[in-house]
Amino acid sequence: MTDRADVKTRIFGLIEQFNKKGIDVSEETRFAQDLEWESLTVLDFVAEVEDEFDILITMNQQAEIEKVGQLVDAVAEMVG
Amino acid sequence: MSGTGADLKAPETQSGDLFDKFQPLIDTREKLLSTGVTDPFSLVMEKVLSPTVAICNGRETILLGTYNYMGMTFDPDVIAAGKKALDEFGSGTTGSRVLNGTYSLHKDCEDALKEFFGTEHAMVFSTGYLANTGIISTIAGKDDYIILDIDSHASIYDGCAMGDANVVPFRHNDIEALEKRLKRLPEGAGKLVILEGVYSMLGDAAPLSEMVPLCKKYGAMVLVDEAHSMGFIGENGRGVAEEQGVFDQCDFIIGTFSKSVGTVGGYCVSNHPKFEIMRLVSRGYVFTASLPPSVMATAATSIRKIMDAKYKREHLWKNSKRLHKSLTDLGFELGTKEPQSAIISVIMPDLERGAMMWEALLREGLYVNLARPPATPAGMTLLRCSLCALHSDEQVTEIIGMFERAGKATGCI
Repeated sequence: MTDRADVKTRIFGLIEQFNKKGIDVSEETRFAQDLEWESLTVLDFVAEVEDEFDILITMNQQAEIEKVGQLVDAVAEMVG
Repeated sequence: MSGTGADLKAPETQSGDLFDKFQPLIDTREKLLSTGVTDPFSLVMEKVLSPTVAICNGRETILLGTYNYMGMTFDPDVIAAGKKALDEFGSGTTGSRVLNGTYSLHKDCEDALKEFFGTEHAMVFSTGYLANTGIISTIAGKDDYIILDIDSHASIYDGCAMGDANVVPFRHNDIEALEKRLKRLPEGAGKLVILEGVYSMLGDAAPLSEMVPLCKKYGAMVLVDEAHSMGFIGENGRGVAEEQGVFDQCDFIIGTFSKSVGTVGGYCVSNHPKFEIMRLVSRGYVFTASLPPSVMATAATSIRKIMDAKYKREHLWKNSKRLHKSLTDLGFELGTKEPQSAIISVIMPDLERGAMMWEALLREGLYVNLARPPATPAGMTLLRCSLCALHSDEQVTEIIGMFERAGKATGCI
């Protein structure tokens, strides 16, 4: 069983690898507007999250996720 | 009573204008045009002299930006077949394939496809876009999974969205990334993997010999879009799947008539025993007008001729290898290290420089395609060259000289 806090720690760690502009990240941080990732960066980041937790995140699910906290919730639910 | 058109006035700009979302693109276009370059997206061909030469902006221009890979658009047999059909069957069918829109020539065109690909079934759609959206959205629906290469064509993405399937992209041509996702698919779920033989932006081929068997190992059906390889790649011109020896493992091959075949239309061929039901359930087939009989006659004739076009295939490969090497030697950065198709993409530093180079080439008398985001991968601006089997050796020499002069004039090399 992976709890939400553990998921959050691991996701924040993954974000850090892609956070080239050194933006302060919180659960309210928005992927598109705040982190300004290009589509290829998003693809690579999602692949890292999928590999980390051995899950699939579909494009439909991605479209629903705007903020970091929403991703933590979605992943915690998938692995919980 | 006034006509409805006369009452239409340009509205005052107001809040909630649905066009606001296009403003960034409008700004980009205006900024580009303010530098004085010709609008790269409004070229008009005033007269077409042959598959490789046209009059553009009053000047004789070599065409290196069409998809006329096999040079079939002016083939005398193709034109004669079209004219005969126009005389005998009229200008159009006015109806769907499942109602009044199936003529003997539609069946003959599907027979030509079956002969070309050696498959049991062939289905003609009104465009390649409709073939992809019509097949993908129908076979993969809610609760099914589609795995696709991130660089897939817009028509593939649109087909996925229309069908409401769970869509999972993987990094371009990455076999390991594909397998990871195949492994994670739920047991018993419907699975479709969509690949392309040649990806149109960079002109690179997919490693189908490894990917297709992998998909079968995990119980997925495989659809391969061979739009940019039909006619040119493979012993019989069936595409990359044929060349790499996995054609028989593919469940569906999709393609278009608007490239090597030289007319318009789309198709799907398959050996699936239940494939014919697609004619009743695919909305992209049922709810659109069928192609004019003259188009079917030109397509069928062209398909049968390119089956035996071994010499043309050899000449096109020779052109591709020569242009690729020459542009590399001149110092241009290309989309592939080796020539993998009839497409040779030249990577530009940015959109402005790309547009300048495009215009400089046009002034030299050469037309290529300017491709920019979001159509291109990784935000690249590309000058996409598409070779034709009918480009002569002399034309290729001219093209190389034009690239050298334009490249130096714009500081690209």
